[in-house]
Amino acid sequence: MARYDRAITVFSPDGHLFQVEYALEAVRKGNAAVGVRGTDNVVLGVEKKSTAKLQDSRSVRKIVNLDDHIALACAGLKADARVLINRARVECQSHRLTVEDPCTVEYITRYIAGLQQKYTQSGGVRPFGLSTLIVGFDPYTGSPSLYQTDPSGTFSAWKANATGRNSNSIREFLEKNFKETSGQETVKLAIRALLEVVESGGKNIEVAVMTKEHGLRQLEEAEIDAIVAEIEAEKAAAEAAKKAPPKDT
Amino acid sequence: MKLDTTGLQSFPSLISHGNSVAGEISAPPSFELPNSNDFDGFLKEAIQMVKPAKGTTTLAFIFKEGVMVAADSRASMGGYISSQSVKKIIEINPYMLGTMAGGAADCQFWHRNLGIKCRLHELANKRRISVTGASKLLANILYSYRGMGLSVGTMIAGWDETGPGLYYVDSEGGRLKGTRFSVGSGSPYAYGVLDSGYKYDMSVEEASELARRAIYHATFRDGASGGVASVYYVGPTGWKKLSGDDVGELHYHYNPVTPSTVEQEMVEAAGP
Repeated sequence: MARYDRAITVFSPDGHLFQVEYALEAVRKGNAAVGVRGTDNVVLGVEKKSTAKLQDSRSVRKIVNLDDHIALACAGLKADARVLINRARVECQSHRLTVEDPCTVEYITRYIAGLQQKYTQSGGVRPFGLSTLIVGFDPYTGSPSLYQTDPSGTFSAWKANATGRNSNSIREFLEKNFKETSGQETVKLAIRALLEVVESGGKNIEVAVMTKEHGLRQLEEAEIDAIVAEIEAEKAAAEAAKKAPPKDT
Repeated sequence: MKLDTTGLQSFPSLISHGNSVAGEISAPPSFELPNSNDFDGFLKEAIQMVKPAKGTTTLAFIFKEGVMVAADSRASMGGYISSQSVKKIIEINPYMLGTMAGGAADCQFWHRNLGIKCRLHELANKRRISVTGASKLLANILYSYRGMGLSVGTMIAGWDETGPGLYYVDSEGGRLKGTRFSVGSGSPYAYGVLDSGYKYDMSVEEASELARRAIYHATFRDGASGGVASVYYVGPTGWKKLSGDDVGELHYHYNPVTPSTVEQEMVEAAGP
């Protein structure tokens, strides 16, 4: 693999940008993140590594606000995320200053994707090892939206999507189970999707819900535990129902 | 008075000034300077003397149905009337108008420039720019050229997702939001009519008549304003030109000629 992955991002003879592909690999190794768009809200969920006994768990946040009406969750290198988030937050405020209006979700997604692309084509830099899920409410139409960006700088809109570790199995789950939901149902779907790949349930999940009226709200651990318990109970009931019919026949 | 620039030369002037013909040809470079102690002030005045469209009356106001924009059409260079048919209301896009007061070229150029920026914003964001955003765009550009001689006094009027919008922007970098503005040398006269006749609850007809009358009265008292009083209306479906009347004809519309007694007597005297 003669030196096509050194220093700056340069094409390999067969058309690959190895640095970008390695960045994608970093994303695949990162924590899982899920986004689900409801009709009146939009939910972000991430898997979090259990914090050390003496660590303040609130100081490790993977779902953050970019503006009052936009939030971001990402999978990949957390250090890169800090920088990207800072840049995006500044752009949100800059947009408010120059046009005197909050920016749209698409706008800030395009900005972030543009930034990520820039880091695949400039000298002396490496790509962001990040894939982001951006959710928010369009300040003009008031409708919720969910976008995803990746290290290459592409972005796309989704009804529900996942990124990070085991994202394929989560996406498969979402494709099978997605329905246009609202309120608590959307939260439940997001958590169910996460539980597909997160082992020990509630403790290792961080969930935030964004609504038009109240902006972003991070769910308390107790709330998540309650929903996880609910989901587990439903699963057990379904399991029992599956087993029951053979008895009748 | 001439400025001697020989001191600026890097080599000493070796040519003798004895021969008048040779001296004429090889005289050190020099240029005329104005006979003034305040060169900066002189420069400002000189620029203003050759800047057309200095005397102007433009106005715009928000009312129940939208925004009404009106202006005269005279361009003058000092006392000289250089045109009676200037388009002082500039169409930025189907939903936004700008008015022109100050330097004609400065206004025209920067409004066209603003039009380009607004269109690009529209293409990038799939949404028309707000009047607020557009006016700030222009104000920021003008501020970046502040003190470099631009002369622009404009109103940006339009209809966006938040309804009617009206801003005053000038080349000093000022930007004001408001419901009623008039700009130009005729503005005090226009304000007189506008302020006394303005109500928020007006029909489009009432509002256009008020705008036309305000422009007419300004052209009547302000020598630098005249020509045609054109009136535009911006509503939810975009702008529309409502009227363009020669103020000379408007004068007789507002002041109908009544046969005076003297003329009648003369008719009688010539009659039988």
